[in-house]
Amino acid sequence: MAERPEDLNLPNAVITRIIKEALPDGVNISKEARSAISRAASVFVLYATSCANNFAMKGKRKTLNASDVLSAMEEMEFQRFITPLKEALEAYRREQKGKKEASEQKKKDKDKKTDSEEQDRSRDEDNDEDEERIEEEQNEEDEVDN
Amino acid sequence: MADVAVGKDKCGEQRLVSLPLSRIRVIMKSSPEVSSINQEALVLTAKATELFVQYLATYSYRHGSGKEKKALTYSDLANTAEESETFQFLADSSMMPSFLADTSISHICTGKNQRESDPDSAL
Repeated sequence: MAERPEDLNLPNAVITRIIKEALPDGVNISKEARSAISRAASVFVLYATSCANNFAMKGKRKTLNASDVLSAMEEMEFQRFITPLKEALEAYRREQKGKKEASEQKKKDKDKKTDSEEQDRSRDEDNDEDEERIEEEQNEEDEVDN
Repeated sequence: MADVAVGKDKCGEQRLVSLPLSRIRVIMKSSPEVSSINQEALVLTAKATELFVQYLATYSYRHGSGKEKKALTYSDLANTAEESETFQFLADSSMMPSFLADTSISHICTGKNQRESDPDSAL
């Protein structure tokens, strides 16, 4: 256990905002209550990490992954979190995929700009090929993301 | 870095998580047996922590004495940790020093029956 729990605290402002949004309007939160919730959150992270790590070790892996965290929630009896977490995971993966494609697109555009004018004719053919390639990549990623 | 992009709330857009991933990672890595953490695991842990904060706050409020005075107090939290099975891990002896370790409030937590004498100040 950490000797200095205050070093492992989460930012007060964010914690406060999350609490206020969860409670009905006009409810006051004492400083001590907010502080206790913040520390509880840190304890939760440690507990969840330890649990998730057990699942990783069972799977003979050294890196914690998403499914380890989900399994930990189940183990800790926070099943109520599993659905929103899965949704968040999907959203995160979509966001990452979008970013990846955006940067690939930028790179393609940049490459095209450096093409000489003679290659104008073949560019349309290239577009079709690239679109097929992107679709293939998406399909591959869908299979991997199980 | 993906860390910052997902964590910060810029332009009023809905972000996946509000808690800073870098801080979550620090806490996770303080666990000695953990080698490395995949980015998705980090994001999910941060999100789970937010859900936990919401759940702990609303549960404590609903079950606490503060409901009449429209306030959430420390004793509501302490009661939750003691009485709820789900939140039992907070009161667990190995974690208790962390949970309650705060010199300004330790004098409050002398017993479960201690109530209105605590000098809670509203935000």
